[in-house]
Amino acid sequence: MEYILLFLGAAVVNNFVLTRFLGLCIFFGVSKNFNASVSMGMAVISVMTMSSMIAWVISNGILVPLQLTFLNTIVFVIVIATFVQLLEMFIKKFVPTLYGVWGIYLLLVATNCIVLAVPLINADKHYDFFTSTVNALGSSSGFALALILMSSLREKLQYAKVPKTLEGLGVSFVLAGLLALSFQGFGGMIPLE
Amino acid sequence: MKDSLWSIFSKGILDENPIFRLALSLCPALAVTTSTLNALGMGLSVMFVITMNNLVVSLTRKVVNPTVRVPVYIMSIATIVTVVELVLEAFFPVVFQALGIYIALVVVFAIILARAEVFASKNGVVRSVLDGLGMGTGFLFAMLLIGVIREIFGSGTILGFPVFGAWYNPPLIIILAPGGFLLIGLLIGFFNIVAKAKKAKGANA
Repeated sequence: MEYILLFLGAAVVNNFVLTRFLGLCIFFGVSKNFNASVSMGMAVISVMTMSSMIAWVISNGILVPLQLTFLNTIVFVIVIATFVQLLEMFIKKFVPTLYGVWGIYLLLVATNCIVLAVPLINADKHYDFFTSTVNALGSSSGFALALILMSSLREKLQYAKVPKTLEGLGVSFVLAGLLALSFQGFGGMIPLE
Repeated sequence: MKDSLWSIFSKGILDENPIFRLALSLCPALAVTTSTLNALGMGLSVMFVITMNNLVVSLTRKVVNPTVRVPVYIMSIATIVTVVELVLEAFFPVVFQALGIYIALVVVFAIILARAEVFASKNGVVRSVLDGLGMGTGFLFAMLLIGVIREIFGSGTILGFPVFGAWYNPPLIIILAPGGFLLIGLLIGFFNIVAKAKKAKGANA
């Protein structure tokens, strides 16, 4: 039960994009296209979950015993970037069809704030391994949800008449504001610890 | 022909403003602009990081092998950010608390890596530092603009001092997430008008 609450809390109530403003570059960059959003969402879920596991092991196996936690940021960035690079090579070699769909998104994910944020939050809250993984899974699912919702909305937007000065990014922000407003309805149901 | 030093500095403020024109580094623009003080802290930190990183990248540009340049940039940025983080924690604990995780996330700001790659890796030290200062100023300006508007209308204060009388009942929505998105959307529209007007003026002259 506790894990279900954590998952829902991270995915819906404290949605990464709409209430915590992380990963906005990808959110606005990729959401122009529905299919791209679905692939990106999948890429984020897998990379985030795996990299948060690896980051947990490194953080609690090396940094905490040696009292080097002030190096968290540097170490996590390097670990995640390296991991994504390896994952990309692996997929390219063994699952080329998947690479065709995912390839470019993987590298975009590597230097994105959401992927770095989750290990940092986990380390900050001293979550155990399983809790960290659930948190990463929930946060990334929430990101994928917001991304897919937004891209569906933006596809409809193509038929709308938008004032010239707001075309493109401007109106997307207004749209995101309205989406955030609806997510605000979940606010406080499961508090952010 | 190379651009003048002044134009390197000034282009980051309006024409290539990181937030309103290039739409890079949007996360902090929304997350920490609920009050002027937080916006100021974040803006100054980013300005410092981007300038220092441009300096380091420019100094080492002839030594670093191009194939490994991106990891080197990331290492350099992460180190500078850690320094900023520790300094803030030691001397400005209130700001550090308010900025929270976002200060560590400066590491992955697209704007910093973008300036290192596009500008500092190809230009000399003085020009790179000026570019960093200009981009940083543009970022700070955008953060302050959003922060001031959100604090005045969302809490009815500026830097904690009340500006309206007791009759003003601030709409909480401006401080919350949706207000941030809406405000930035409208500001982007506004800066589109400004850029267009400037262009039209340039064409007439």
